[in-house]
Amino acid sequence: MQAARLSGKAFDGMGIKLENVSYIYEVGTAMQTAALEDVSLEIPENQFIGLIGHTGSGKSTLVQLLNGLLKPTEGRVLYNGKNIHEQDYDKRALRAEVGLVFQYPEHQLFEADVLSDVMFGPRNLGLDEAACKKSAVEALTSVGIGEEYFKTSPFDLSGGQKRRVAIAGVLAMHPKILILDEPTAGLDPRGRDEILGLISEMKQKMSMTIILVSHSMDDVARYVERIIVMGHGKKIFDDEPRRVFRHYRELEDLGLSAPQITYILQELKEKGLDLETDALTVAEAADEIIRKLGGPDR
Amino acid sequence: MIKISRLIHDYIQRDEEGNPSGTIRALDDISLDVEPGQFIAILGHNGSGKSTLAKHLNALLFPTEGAVWVNGLDTRDQNLIWDIRQTAGMVFQNPDNQIIGQVVEEDVGFGPENMGVPTQEIWNRVEESLKAVGMYEYRKKSPNRLSGGQKQRVSIAGVIAMHPRCIVMDEPTAMLDPSGRADVINAAMTLNREEGITIILITHYMEEAIRADRIFVMDEGKVAMQGTPREIFSRVEEMQALHLDVPQVTLLAHTLRQRGLSIPEGILTREELAEALLGGN
Repeated sequence: MQAARLSGKAFDGMGIKLENVSYIYEVGTAMQTAALEDVSLEIPENQFIGLIGHTGSGKSTLVQLLNGLLKPTEGRVLYNGKNIHEQDYDKRALRAEVGLVFQYPEHQLFEADVLSDVMFGPRNLGLDEAACKKSAVEALTSVGIGEEYFKTSPFDLSGGQKRRVAIAGVLAMHPKILILDEPTAGLDPRGRDEILGLISEMKQKMSMTIILVSHSMDDVARYVERIIVMGHGKKIFDDEPRRVFRHYRELEDLGLSAPQITYILQELKEKGLDLETDALTVAEAADEIIRKLGGPDR
Repeated sequence: MIKISRLIHDYIQRDEEGNPSGTIRALDDISLDVEPGQFIAILGHNGSGKSTLAKHLNALLFPTEGAVWVNGLDTRDQNLIWDIRQTAGMVFQNPDNQIIGQVVEEDVGFGPENMGVPTQEIWNRVEESLKAVGMYEYRKKSPNRLSGGQKQRVSIAGVIAMHPRCIVMDEPTAMLDPSGRADVINAAMTLNREEGITIILITHYMEEAIRADRIFVMDEGKVAMQGTPREIFSRVEEMQALHLDVPQVTLLAHTLRQRGLSIPEGILTREELAEALLGGN
């Protein structure tokens, strides 16, 4: 219901749908733990989504359910209207269309050179050599890795470059939905801005759905149009960023925080400056403060 | 506590046969002093030389030129290596690479046991160290069952148990979530304020540097900027030119100032901003 309001994109059945999905680890043993409880979600085409939750909130389990790596204990996962756990469902085709870039994806580079590494995915899909190469070259170009690196060993690249090559490896399979698990983990501010800028650009050029998994609200606030917040195995919020950040106190109870800018504006409001507190960027916040305080701009 | 004089560090590059083919200068003529009991933050982007510098403080690397003294001990003297490593403990980025014990308290006891500390004394140290980082109630647990932030606090306890005068932390929070990060930084802060242990924190997170006594900013193997947090973060354009962040509240204050509001540079907290904007009313 909430998701449908976002950018006016109604869910038309294309994309992923989770119906009352629960996932329980080690069913029937003393260690039985519910990682996910009764989650219903719709992931339409061409949407930029942030998936937020602290360690143990169920977000990693959710991600693995979205592309069929895990099978729900209860409920159904549908892709384009079809139950992906039906017996004759083509899981390999699903995984090409719902691509997953794991955390620290550079640890999974293994081929002798950059181009072969990126061609591995398309090859696995059974494409011919020329088509594999074409996809790989396009993917590498779109992540900003030039031809001069194609024959380089992936291990000789910098951390940020390795990560871009790893992302290209998934892009080369032409996913309709791309899930990135903590794509900025361990990067410095420059590497972080490069990767987030790249993802945002990819979203615009290729009009696919991107799900950015993160625990940093500051990272996602600027980019995404929808935020799904997970906590204790449940979906807690699913809405536009500004609306989600209004619940900043509840976010804290979940071990998360709103963007720093939200706290700054809240502080000013509490101290008596009557302003709107839902700015997402420094520039928006500055506009709002100047609008309220006047100042020489007026 | 730490004195570095004209330190140069060259890494030797090798060709495919393993023969030296050239050198890369990772640290280029660094001089700095750290007083006992200070909380120091070292900022810099990847490749700026900050981790190389950290390894010199723990005698994991040795000067190509210049010298490093840790509590008066010269790292060039091979006989002093173990004294130096005991004086300056080190915490690394990935907690999973630092924990070896099957049980938390065993892991923390490993360091002092290796140093030949008597058994009863080891147990005393394990207890006090785990309490200092707020992990005492987990002492009987398996480290595998802990969160990243909890593991990292166990790593810190393992270092404290060796009774160092100084702890060097090389991006200890880079792999943690926000609550894990806060726990680790609070533990470091407590050790500094209450036990007087000198802390040298290497980080990308500007918010963690705000509470430092002094900040050193590294770039291309040199100390590019140094000063108090307020002095450093007042220089917004310089920090941005080095591809570093400043805290968002500092950036907001800077933007407002550029747009004509009369507020000071170097605002570090929300409270300061509120005071600057609304103080007169």
